[in-house]
Amino acid sequence: MKRLLTTVALLAALATPIWAVQPDEVLDDPALEARARVLSKDLRCLVCRNESIDESNAELARDLRLLVRERLVAGDSDDEAMSYIVNRYGEYVLLRPTATGANWLLWAAGPLMLLIGAGVGGGFLRNRSKATPETETLLNDAEKQRLAEIMKS
Amino acid sequence: MITELGHFALILAFLIAIVQMVVPLMGAHKRWPGWMALAEPAAQAQFAFTAIAFGALMWAFISSDFSLLLVVQNSHSAKPMLYKVAGTWGNHEGSMLLWVLIVALFGALASVFGGGLPPTLKARVLSVQAAIGVAFFSFILFTSNPFLRLAVPPMDGEDLNPLLQDPGLAFHPPFLYLGYVGLSMTFSFAVAALIEGRVDAAWGRWVRPWTLAAWIFLTIGIGLGSWWAYYELGWGGFWFWDPVENASFMPWLLAAALLHSAIVVEKREALKSWTILLAILAFGFSLIGTFIVRSGLLTSVHAFANDPERGVYILIILGFFTGGALLLFALRAQAMEAKGVFGLVSRESGLVINNVLLAVACFVVFFGTLWPVVAEMAFDRKLSVGPPFFNLAFSPFMVGLGMVLPIGAMLPWKRGKLKRTLWQLRFVFGLAVALGALAFAIQSGRSALGPIGLFLGAWVVMGACTDLWMRTGKSNRVARLFRLPRADWGKAAAHSGLGITIFAIAGLTAWEIDDIRVAEVNKPFDVGAYELTLKGVGQERGPNYFATVADIDVRHKGAFLTTLRPEKRDYPVARMPTTEAAIDYRITRDLYVVIGDQQSNGGWTVRTYVKPLANWIWGGSLLMAFGGLLSLSDRRFRVAAGARKTAERSNTGVPAE
Repeated sequence: MKRLLTTVALLAALATPIWAVQPDEVLDDPALEARARVLSKDLRCLVCRNESIDESNAELARDLRLLVRERLVAGDSDDEAMSYIVNRYGEYVLLRPTATGANWLLWAAGPLMLLIGAGVGGGFLRNRSKATPETETLLNDAEKQRLAEIMKS
Repeated sequence: MITELGHFALILAFLIAIVQMVVPLMGAHKRWPGWMALAEPAAQAQFAFTAIAFGALMWAFISSDFSLLLVVQNSHSAKPMLYKVAGTWGNHEGSMLLWVLIVALFGALASVFGGGLPPTLKARVLSVQAAIGVAFFSFILFTSNPFLRLAVPPMDGEDLNPLLQDPGLAFHPPFLYLGYVGLSMTFSFAVAALIEGRVDAAWGRWVRPWTLAAWIFLTIGIGLGSWWAYYELGWGGFWFWDPVENASFMPWLLAAALLHSAIVVEKREALKSWTILLAILAFGFSLIGTFIVRSGLLTSVHAFANDPERGVYILIILGFFTGGALLLFALRAQAMEAKGVFGLVSRESGLVINNVLLAVACFVVFFGTLWPVVAEMAFDRKLSVGPPFFNLAFSPFMVGLGMVLPIGAMLPWKRGKLKRTLWQLRFVFGLAVALGALAFAIQSGRSALGPIGLFLGAWVVMGACTDLWMRTGKSNRVARLFRLPRADWGKAAAHSGLGITIFAIAGLTAWEIDDIRVAEVNKPFDVGAYELTLKGVGQERGPNYFATVADIDVRHKGAFLTTLRPEKRDYPVARMPTTEAAIDYRITRDLYVVIGDQQSNGGWTVRTYVKPLANWIWGGSLLMAFGGLLSLSDRRFRVAAGARKTAERSNTGVPAE
């Protein structure tokens, strides 16, 4: 599958270059267009490597951009337009994954880890602030010898 | 002939590395000075032979020797000389050779500059470094040999990927590798210390310059890559949260954390086991980066040589070194107990917060990068984790870091008073808030990102200046300012650089203007405060490409400003079109113009962006790297490194960090 996608991407790139958001796609209503641009940044170009449809030059990205605008013109809210596209193309199309199912782990990973880090770090600091200072350890023989060497040179 | 010599030199270097791995380690264990001393000449010879091998490969690229498979696949006789040279590392095999060359280089450097190291530690460090070398030498020789000949050489080569034919990118990999592989030195020190069973202040001092150097190179490498993406990929993005970018960003975050925790080891003999763990993880992430780029596990713009077999080999190397080191760590960690005692409010605490934030930020990037693979394998969900996720999940950590940075940096060691430090920063804080509020009032109605960025940037930069100023004491402050140790200046510069970069990224994201239209010849149009006129479009010929070039006049408030010439290039051999954006660089903003296709009415698609503060991103990165360099050149590293000028050291004392 991955290889197929790569091939498709390559073919798309070899065909006449089409550049991200074309003038003829732009909606006349600036408010709608602005919303479309925002949505486009969250949608993945399916045949590209890690590009949003807003940036991508591929034919398929253009189709998706037009679809987003079509839905918005038809009166969909942002959420309705997005779920329409997800229903058709699957959640792979979302660059910002939803927090549903196991995905909550993805979203919670950072905050959870921060809590753990704060706990461990805080515990360490508390421990250090209560510890009694250790007296200095003396040099062992090998170290004394080495010190003498350094002092001589 | 030269090729065969190179191949032979590579095999010799491999054999030397094996000897260097085994003999000094045994010597250190048995305390046999002769066996330990072998590490030094071996490290230097290993580097010399690897350099010969690399030179031979480079010569094959320079002389366009098409009897070499690698040269055929990645070069072309008509390619400019710079890219012939850069082509040496612009492919999988060559870049691995560069990688191992740098491993050997760092080993050789450690053998030359490691005069003050205890003999056993030095032998062990060089032995571990050689072990890393052995792994990669065998990887190259057995799976990715760059010196393979063709029975029937073709007339000409297949050319390098045109996107890579660019000065910014020609030097991006060497810097990045110097950074990645520089962390191998820190790793070797960590593992050697674990074998030795002791970590003390001296260890912290020895390991810091290597970490600092690796971090500087990583900063420059990442900066160059991001700058290249900005002007070359054609829509002015500078960071894409691409798996491969993340692969270089994770070691950078950890190296930054390590840099700071090593200070605590050096000054206060605390955070030892954490620092060792960071050193292992930082290099582990470098290896993960290599694995991601070369295994094809995660496809990205950068991935060359997506080969599962090589991926498995690197995974084994990764597992052996990281796993082995972590095992050693688990066995020996309890031997490293903290010595320094300090209060809850102290510089040490500030540095712990810094480390927690950086490490968790790195963890978020790691989790997000691998999540699509995990979700597909474990939950059978095919999904993407893209820039919107990372911007949302990662940025809060940087905001937090920026908030606490000026305070933590000014807290005294051991025990401080939060009130006192906050009082010293009161004007800076007020001014930063005022600037943010001003920006918010002026921009009216746009996202709050810009003002927050301005506040954070101003807070960090002015905080760094205040820190420097407070160090000058009571009288004669200006003269004292210039006599402060370079490490102090380095700290201020690097922190300011971070502040500037944060501000620039926020400002650029919040205040960018873009415009897409069909421009007709000689019909002016407005973008922001600028008036652009497409004067004409012509065809030109480069050394190995054809170009469509547009002339666009830019006027600002009626006065002529400049003529921009965006290009669309077609590389016939590589069969790939590229865009060359035309950029008018100014201090406060970039004007970025891209030309597209001709439309049916005879006009051309033109995309124009006004990008405020774009240069500041890389200016800030450079300042960070420069700060690192200043700190690296501080005399206490030079003095301590040799331990020869003991008299000189005794009358200066150690400057406060």
